[in-house]
This record gives sequence, C-alpha cells and structure tokens, in this order.
Amino acid sequence: MALVLSEEQSMLRDSARGLISDKAPVSHLRQLRDSKDATGFSRDLWKTFAEMGFSGLLVPESFGGSGLGCVEAGVVMEEIGRTLMPSPFLSTAVLAASALSRGGSAAQKSEHLPKISDGTLLAALAIDEGSKHRPLQTRMQAVRSGNGFRLNGAKAFVVDGHTADLLIVAARSSGAAGEREGLTLFLVDPKSKGVETERTAMVDSHNAARIIFDNVEVNADSVLGEVDQGYPLMEGVLNIGRGAVAAEMVGLSEEVFGRTVDYLKERKQFGKRIGEFQALQHRAAQLYIDIEITRAAVLKALQSLDAGVESAGAAVAVAKARAGSTATLAVQEGVQMHGGMGMTDQFDIGFFMKRARVCQELFGDSNFHADQLARLKNY
Amino acid sequence: MSDLEKFRRETRAWLEANCPPEMRRPMTSEEDTFWGGRNTTFSSEPQRIWFERMRDKGWTVPHWPKEYGGGALDPEQTKIVRQEMAAIGARQPLTSFGISMLGPALLKYGTEAQKKEHLPKIAAGLIRWCQGYSEPNAGSDLASLQTRAESDGDDFIINGQKIWTSYANYADWIFCLVRTDASAKKHDGISFILFDMASKGVSTKPILLISGRSPFCETFFDNVRVPKSNVVGTVNRGWDVAKYLLQHERAMISGMGERGVGRPLGQVAADSVGADEQGRLEDPILRGQIASFEIDEAALACAAERAVDLAKAGQAHPAFSSAMKYYGTELNKRRYEILMSAGGIDALEWESERSKGGARPRAWLRTKANSIEGGTSEVMLGIVAKRILDLPGA
Repeated sequence: MALVLSEEQSMLRDSARGLISDKAPVSHLRQLRDSKDATGFSRDLWKTFAEMGFSGLLVPESFGGSGLGCVEAGVVMEEIGRTLMPSPFLSTAVLAASALSRGGSAAQKSEHLPKISDGTLLAALAIDEGSKHRPLQTRMQAVRSGNGFRLNGAKAFVVDGHTADLLIVAARSSGAAGEREGLTLFLVDPKSKGVETERTAMVDSHNAARIIFDNVEVNADSVLGEVDQGYPLMEGVLNIGRGAVAAEMVGLSEEVFGRTVDYLKERKQFGKRIGEFQALQHRAAQLYIDIEITRAAVLKALQSLDAGVESAGAAVAVAKARAGSTATLAVQEGVQMHGGMGMTDQFDIGFFMKRARVCQELFGDSNFHADQLARLKNY
Repeated sequence: MSDLEKFRRETRAWLEANCPPEMRRPMTSEEDTFWGGRNTTFSSEPQRIWFERMRDKGWTVPHWPKEYGGGALDPEQTKIVRQEMAAIGARQPLTSFGISMLGPALLKYGTEAQKKEHLPKIAAGLIRWCQGYSEPNAGSDLASLQTRAESDGDDFIINGQKIWTSYANYADWIFCLVRTDASAKKHDGISFILFDMASKGVSTKPILLISGRSPFCETFFDNVRVPKSNVVGTVNRGWDVAKYLLQHERAMISGMGERGVGRPLGQVAADSVGADEQGRLEDPILRGQIASFEIDEAALACAAERAVDLAKAGQAHPAFSSAMKYYGTELNKRRYEILMSAGGIDALEWESERSKGGARPRAWLRTKANSIEGGTSEVMLGIVAKRILDLPGA
C-alpha cells in the first residue's frame, strides 16, 4: 500500500479541517479554559461531529458507523492536533469504539456502538494507576462475588472520565502485577454505587479524571472479552490509541512549525528578518525534516494497524516514540523562536507546549516505547 | 488476486530459486560489493551467478526501459522487487554510480545516441563510472569550479584538477563538470561532459584517508581531447544536469543509513556488554541509545518509502532528497558510533586477521565523510531552508 493518503482520506481530511478550523480554533480551547467550563468541551460540537459521521468512524456499518480504520481516525486526530480542540473523539470514537467492536459480545455491541455512533454515549478507558503508563502493572482488584465481580482500586489520567456515561476498566482478576495473564476489562456504569470521580484540571486544559472504585459490584455480563485474558484486547486498543495520539502530535507539531516559520519571516531585529540568520534557518530545517520523517512513521503505524500485520506493535512503538520526541522539539523551538512573545499566555504557542507534554505521557512516553521496541527485538 | 499480488508472488518465487544463499548474508567486507567495469573480477562464484541472473532479468536496473538493459517495471513493481529482496536479505547484485547517479541524468537529459551507447553498458556492469565534481577550491561552493574545456573544432580540450573522485583509479569513464564559458556568471558557464578515463592526459592519484584506505582520488586532466558530442544537455547549461544528478546522489547516500547492514546492533552489543536473564543488555544506557537509534532508523525507512510514493503521486518536493541526505548520513554516523561503543576494545584492532583488517574501525572512520560528500549537512540544511521553507536570504 502506498504510504500516502488515498483520495477518500484526503477528502476526509479536508472536511475535518474545514469544520475544526472554523468551529474550534485555539480560541475555542482558550474560552473553555478561561470560563472554567464544567464539561470542558462543546457538546454542540460533538453533535456536529456525530452528524458528520466522525463519532462513528470506527464503528462497524452494521451498528450505524462508517466502518473505517485507524488511518481515517488518524486523519481526524491530526486536525484536532492543529487546533487543540478538546473533544471526546479519542476517548469515545477511537478507544471505546475499538474496545467494544473488538471485544464486545453481540449484546454489548448492539447496546453501546449505535449510541457511540450517533453521539449520545460518551465513554472512557480507565487503565493507568501510577504516575507513569505501565498497563501490565495494573493492580486494581476484581474479586469474584456472587454472579459477578467486586472492583476495588483507583484509576488516574482517565481521559474524559468526568463526563463518561460508560467506563471501560482494566482490573486484575487473578495473578500479580506485571503478569500478562489475569487481566480483565469491565464495562462499568460510573453511576454505580462506590464509584467516585474527581475531575482533574490538567496543564493542557483538556479533560481527565481520577476515579476510585470502592467495592463496586458488577455482574458477569459486564466483562468485556474474556476473564483473565484481557491483555491482548487491552494492548490492541492501546496501540490504536497510541497511533491516534501520535497522529495528533503530528498535527500539533506541524501547526507549531508553520506558525514559527511565519514568525521567522516577519519578525525583524538588527535591521533584518530573523529568518535570515543561519543559526535559525538550520534549526528550522532540522525541525522540518524531523516532522516529515515522523509523519511517515505515523502513517506506517496506522496502516499496519489497519492491515493487522504482526509488525504493527513495533511500528506503533516507533511512531509514538518519534511523535513524542518530535512534538517536544517542535514546541520548544516554537517558544524559543518566538522569543518573549512565546512565553506569554496571550500567544497561542504555550497551549501547544502544554498539550504536547500531555500527549507524551498518554499511553506511554518516548522512553516507554523505546523500551518496548528493545523488548520486541530481544535486547 | 490482483496483478500486483501475482507479481509479488512470482518475484518471491524467482528470488527464492535464483538468489544463492551466500548472497543473502549480511555484507562484511568491501569485497562483498560488486562494482562491475572493464577490469572487474568477482570475489566469489555465488557473486558471479547472482549478478548474471539479475542482469539477464534486467533487474540490476528494474525500472529502466528494456532497450537500455532494464526490467521495464513500473514504480509499484519496482517497490515490490526491492521489498522482496530486502525480505530475504538479498545483496545488491551490482553497485554503481552509473546506476545511482549518471543513469537518471542520462534518461532525462541524454540524446538517444548517448542513452543507447551508455545505459546498456551500465546495466550490464561493463563500464564503471566515476564522478568529476569537486575541485580543490570548489567544495561546498561547487559552482565555482575552474576545470576548463576549450573549444577546438569538434572537440573540447580539458585542463584542470578534480578531487574526492570516488574510485577514479578503478573507473573506466567519468562524468565531469567543466567550465565552457569563463566570462559567464558562475552557474551559467558550466557543461556536463562524459569521457573515457583511458584518454590521453588523464591521471589519478589516490588520497590516503583517516581510515587508512583510499576510496577517493585526485584526478588530473592535461590537454584531454573529448568530442563535443559527449556533452549531456546543452553546452553551458550543465548546472541543471549537475543538480538533477545530485538529487539522485543524495537519495543514494541517504539510503546508507536506512537499513540494517550486518548483525542487529542489539546482538553485537550483547556479545560485549552481556545481557541479564531477561535478555536485556547489561549496559542500560547503551540499550537506550540503540533503541532510540533503531526508532529513528525505522522512521527514516518509512520516509524513504513515502518519498517514492509521493513522487509517484506527483506530490514530491524536488529538494526533499536534501532532507533525506542530511538525516540519513547523520544517522549512519550514529550507527557507527554505537557499533564502536558496543564493540569496545575489540573494535579498536586495526590490522589483525581476527578483526578482518580492522574492518569496523575503518568503516566507522569512513562514515565521517557521509555528511560531507555529496553536499555537507550544512549545505543540505541551507537548501531545505531556502527551497522548501522559503526563508528569506537563505
């Protein structure tokens, strides 16, 4: 398959770009932040996303979606990255839709997927517990109780956890932290007794929550996939999320870079435009090259996920690691080259820097994925 | 099954049947590369068999037209052949500047007579070419070159000196930049001309490098007579041909950092630093450097694949090869720094049998030229700044 977007994918990009740049430029995020909006995103805009088919992008057609793949999800994520639009697209349309389509029973799929597709159900994936992403270290307990399970533990960094109508929760039904066996995914209603959600305001003004589960009773039907065998499903869904976040970082990096190059062509010091200084030209060129190479690696990962090839895991590790380091470089150069203006809240560049830091952590930072690649290659 | 899937299946079967097992092993010494030429010899029987089979199929240059000795494959098929060769670790049957540099320039700018004369001999490995570009006072500022070609009836008389001419002492022919109009602006008086290195008045002198090897020469021209019909493109418009060729040269050089040659770095490192019971390298910092290198290496391979696909879709930027050249060469230098670090004191031996005559440290030192030859990293960044980013005054 050619490592470029198809005509249909380019059309999807154009329509996503049109909508997002029009309705949710960076000022949209700024306004939500400044007004301390309780939802943290626009429900109206999410309705529009649903009408345009974006919320059901990964939902199979038989459940009202478009049945498209990770490349298409990446196309939308990249546009989201350009304006930093806060939206349940990642949590609901990418992660939850993938988890349910891949692991859901017929009943679970028909109950939830059509609602994800029409935009009426918001969902969140609860994996992380400690300060770093270590899915195998999941300690949250799921103990058999009657016909179902009793859940005890605490989750952190649950993206969009504060508004979710449905939680997808990883817990240990057997075995010890660090083991692949013994993990199970559960569908949990956040209104259940014993679930306590704390919205956590984050540095990037996007949405996340800490959620405590105190003796939460769930029945056997709430198991997503198989008991004790949840790891492959979880890892598959996480890889899709990693590919999607990497795509968001490509959009973010390119936007920061574009704004920075524009500034180099405009800002005058010492009687000339600062873009005439070779010290800045070479750094700008290096960043451009870095972004282009990362873009290729991310598209490769998304295509590999869609093709379901064995090498997809390594391709995702490469893409997420690269996207994280590229975005980190892009935002630092962005702030530095904007000089004092880059340090002001009034200027948008800072928003990109904050979001890049969060995207780095989300589903494993560059070091985590370098370690993953080394493990895959046995060294 | 689509036509391309069928082609892939046939290609795989053909390679399986025709590529000798010895030609699927990582290359370990300079002898493993076959360059062709009038005085060439094969270093092994499998090398000869592999080359001849590929040549007969037109796959030393799979994408060239049949009449010039190529395989007449379209870009998709060419990509498949490359992928299937990589999948079994097949070596290039023929490495040549004729294929990677001159060929593309002749296909674009050559006359039909020039194409018919030179391309089939390149494809069949009969003539080995060298590149006469740099001069002692024209390095990064290549267009200031002074080697002059003066008109004499139907011929030019060439006088001057080139430097860093790779393998000039082994080459049969040279493609050369000469000044045909000394009064014009520096880019406007240059011509691109071909001639036989056996011509009277051509001499070469190898330059000993820090690697202890001499891959480059000084090349001298003393009243060398060359027919005017050997000019490629228009007289005094040679800079266009030169730049076009450089794009291909840069793409070729960037490819050096693109794929793993030899054993995987993780294994090389495990031999010297050891591994714990889970197989992780005992030197965690080296392990991180290797992983980070391999991430960038894999990403560059994706970018190279994408560059080809973008070109096919007509979306490629002509200066993008400079971006790839910059990244690929810096990456290759990193690879050898890691290899030296992983090898420890074993990688310091210079002459022993055990070290194959110091193959690793010599290769390590050779890579330092990667970011200089074919345009320095600084020149590449300048080109990206000017031609792609359109920065002022660049």
